[in-house]
Order: sequence, then structure tokens, then C-alpha cells
Amino acid sequence: MSEPSASSEIDLHAQQVGRFRFQDKLFHYITQLFAMVVLVVLLGILVSLTIDAWPSIKEFGPSFLWTNIWRVPDDQFGALAAIYGTVVTSVLALLIGVPISFGIALFLTETCPLWLRRPLGTAIELLAGIPSIVFGIWGLFVFAPFFGEHIQPPMQSLLGNLPIIGGWFSGPPIGIGIFTASMVLSLMIIPFIASVMRDVFDTVPHVLKESAYGVGCTTWEVVRNIVLPYTRVGVIGGIMLGLGRALGETMAVTFVIGNANRINPSLFSPGTSIASTLANEFGEAEPGLHIASLFALGLVLFMITFIVLGVSRWLISRSMGSEGL
Amino acid sequence: MMNLYTRRIWINRIGITLSMVAMSLGLIGLMWILWTLFSRGFAALSIDMFTQDTPAPGSEGGGLRNAIVGSGLILLFSMLISTPIGILAGIYLAEYGRISKFASFTRFMTDIMLSAPSIVIGLFVYAIFVVKTGGFSGWAGSLALALIAIPVVVRTTENMLKLVPTSLREAAFAVGAPRWQVSLKVTLRAVKSGVVTGVLLAMARITGETAPLLFTALNNQFFSAQMSEPMANLPVVIFQFALSPYDNWINLAWGGALLIALLVLAVNIGVRVAFRQKIKR
Repeated sequence: MSEPSASSEIDLHAQQVGRFRFQDKLFHYITQLFAMVVLVVLLGILVSLTIDAWPSIKEFGPSFLWTNIWRVPDDQFGALAAIYGTVVTSVLALLIGVPISFGIALFLTETCPLWLRRPLGTAIELLAGIPSIVFGIWGLFVFAPFFGEHIQPPMQSLLGNLPIIGGWFSGPPIGIGIFTASMVLSLMIIPFIASVMRDVFDTVPHVLKESAYGVGCTTWEVVRNIVLPYTRVGVIGGIMLGLGRALGETMAVTFVIGNANRINPSLFSPGTSIASTLANEFGEAEPGLHIASLFALGLVLFMITFIVLGVSRWLISRSMGSEGL
Repeated sequence: MMNLYTRRIWINRIGITLSMVAMSLGLIGLMWILWTLFSRGFAALSIDMFTQDTPAPGSEGGGLRNAIVGSGLILLFSMLISTPIGILAGIYLAEYGRISKFASFTRFMTDIMLSAPSIVIGLFVYAIFVVKTGGFSGWAGSLALALIAIPVVVRTTENMLKLVPTSLREAAFAVGAPRWQVSLKVTLRAVKSGVVTGVLLAMARITGETAPLLFTALNNQFFSAQMSEPMANLPVVIFQFALSPYDNWINLAWGGALLIALLVLAVNIGVRVAFRQKIKR
């Protein structure tokens, strides 16, 4: 072996290493570029919605948010009825859905026989996979008539005469309306909340639970005094995730809420939500204030859900101990 | 007067019973929906559904051929857009996500996008694409669905890549492979089936999405394979037909809903079965 050939081999190596370094840099930047797509889309949504909503923002100002008027022929728009419907349906859906989700998570992690855990867990996850339009037509053709015929009349005779809250249950039991939308929504968000709860319940160290059982606690006491306090943050995160889902849900709500752009104190009466107003009116909206106001509605919805989901993800990642932000 | 001990026992019994009631309520909901869907959907199913186009108002019969083909095309192109973007972004998060602040920020935003309201995505695509290109089109529908699918692909790819044992990566580094080769030829290949799973789940997720298609692909009463024109698609047809006064339209809506739900359930169950065998070695 002569000297020059060895050095050229080293040169060759150096070249190769240099090339690799360049390729690695390139690889880093290319993948980073694609990761940025999501950020660009988020920013793009914010900017483009604001631009298209601008005529409406300029015309109505912030009072758009608390004006209860939606008259297309007169070009008078306010978002209050839609915001009211969105918030009320989502909160009601949570009130119904959270206890049920908690029960499901408790059952799946504590009392369910081992061999049943997987199939039942899968069944709940399948519920999450069903497209929302299927919930919608089921709600319209099956659940709403059933609800109007068998549930609403007894609820009215039971609760309708109570002071203060009686008015919530007044009006003809027609099946569709804000309360029905909340029921369908709650069924849709149960799987999401339940699976987050189940996952955070599973993070509780066995030692903690077993020492509680060891001093004679019942299952219920273990869950109340050990599991829930330990997983508080994650549970709240799961609930917020469900809220974020419920706020933005379109199809299931559009089918059963009744689409009446007004605020009615009765929960059994038709209403509207931001998403269902968009689904109903956007296709036929004339350019001008109407379409700009619809974009403004979209912007409001986006900002509300963004904040709710952001808080939820932050809480969940903190609770699961993974590296969130 | 109950003593403390019996009271605790009873509280426990009530709590456990309520949790079982909750579980059964969830299962009843699932069964009720599936049962309605299957009974009304299969009743509406026929050969005509696959060979005829959507009927005009008031006319008899009709099928969903144009909507099925349209949905297929829109789905195909949205997956072609979202798969490469999602996988590369997922690689970035898995490779550089542990050390970089920017990557954690991106991951956080991706998680938010996972559950962002799909109707807003539709508005966005309408504003930046439909208005600019001069009309509703299949392309716009594909783009909207792709934006919804990307976060799903990103997160599953990343989670799969994280499962690869460090020793495998280190072995590859030790023989002098550059990082990009380790990523693409070792780690990504090791979790190939997991990544395919993510892509399939993303597809299942967007198959039934209706809201973003309302303002992008719109609908088309006639058969069309032109991606640059308004395109019939199952979700929007279901939406319009279910709210119509015609019986044959409502039947077709049930049939379409059954098709979509079958596809979504098949993917969800298939992925779980296939994956469980894989994990069990």
C-alpha cells in the first residue's frame, strides 16, 4: 500500500461525510417545512377568515357578538342567537355526557372483568368513529320522534311546573330543538371524554390504589379519593376536549336543532348554532354583508374552539407526563 | 340508623351500579344507531344504487353512482395530498421533536387541529381556493379533506416512530448511516404497518366529513369525473336527501349512510384486529 492511495481514501471518506452532513441538513429542513404546513394552515385560517369577515366587523363592531338579530333582507346581523345555541347545546351535552363518560371510564378501569375490557373499550371507540352525519340522520328520523313522544311529555309534566326552571321545558313537544341536539351531541362526545378519562385513570400508580384498598377502602372510595384527585388535571382536559368537539360539531346539530335563528327560553324549542347557521346559509348567501357576517361567525367559532382545545391539550399533556408545550 | 360500615358499602354499590348503567347507556346508544342504520340502510340497498345516478326532484328510483364515484375521487386525491405531508411532518416531530422548542410548538398546534371544527376548514378553503379559482370543484373538496387528514397522519406517524427501540437506531448510526437514511430506511421501515394504519384511520376520519364539502365540492346531480367541476359526493347527497320531502331520496340517504358507516367501521375494526396480531408478535 502506498501513501497517496491511503490519503485519497481518507479524502474520499471526508467527502462522503461532508455529503452526508449536507443531506442531513437538507432532510432536516425538508421535514421541518412539511411540519410547518399545519402552522401555516392555522395562521391562514385566522387571517383569511378575518379578511373575509372584515366588512361585517367594520359595520357592526364588537356589538356583533351580543346583538340578537339576524335579518338577511335588511342586512342586519348579530351573532347572539347562534352563540347562545352553540354554548347552551355544548354545555348541556357536557352535563349529560360527563357523568356517563366518568361511569364508563370507572367501569373499564376498575370493575370490568379483564376479558371484557378490550371488547367494551373497542365498542366505545367505534362509537367515536361513526361519522357525524350518521348521528344526524339517526337523530332526525329515529331519536327526535322517540324523544318527542316518550320523553318530553313526562319531563314536562314532571319539571314544567317548577318555578324558574319550568320555562325551560315549556312549549310543544315536537322532538327537535336545543335539548334534542344536546342529547345527540352528548352521545357523540362520550367516547372522546371516556377514552381520555380511561387513559389518565390508567396512569395512577398501582401502589397508590393498592395501599388504599389495603387499608380497607371500597372501589368507590379509591376512585373518589385516590384516582380522581391524582388525575384531576387530565380529567378536566378530557372534558374540555369534549367541549371543543361539541362546540364545532355541525352535521349532528344541524339535523335536529330546528334551525330557528332566535333565542327562546325553552330548551324544547328550535334554535340554531354557529355551525348549523353556516351549514344552512353559506351556500346560498349573497356576497356582501351576509357572507361577511357568516365568515365572522366562523371566526368566532374558530377562536372559541381554539382556546378551549388549547387549554384541553395543555392539561392532558401535563397530566399524561408527555412532552407537550 | 345505618352504621358507617353499611353506609360505605351501600355508597360503593350505588356508585358501581351507576357506572354499569353508564356503560350500558353507551352501548345502547351504539347498538341503537347501528341497528337503525343497518335495518333502514339494507332495506334501501339495491343494484340500482350503484348503477344509476342521483334522481331529479320528484322522479322515481335513482341511485348513488355519481356520488360514490365522486366521493372515491375526492378521497383518493385528498389522501394523495395528505399522506406525504403527514408522514414527513411526523418524521420531523419524531426525529427532532425531543430537542426542539419549535417542534413541541408544532406538535401542540397539530393536536389542536386534530379536533378543530371541520366547517371552519371548509370556510377557509372556500376563501382561499373556491373564490380564487372561480367556483366549487372536486379539487377544493380534496384540499379541505386533506387539511383535516394531515394532523391525523402526523400524529400517528410520530407515535409509531417513537415506538422504535433506540438500539435499532443506534445500530444504524453505528455503521455510519446518515440521519436521513436511518429515518427513512430503518425506523420508518420498521413501523411501516403502523404508518399505513395511520393513513387508513385518517381516511376513515374524512370519509364521513360533510361540513367542509358543503362549500367546496358542493354537489352535482349528474355523473362527472371532472375534478375541476362541482362534484357529487356521498356526505352532501345524504345531507340534502335526508332533509328532502321525497321518500326515494330519504331511502337513498339511508343507503348512502350505510355505505359510509360500513367503510368506516371496517377500517376501524380491521386496523385493530391486524394491529393486535402484530403487537402480539
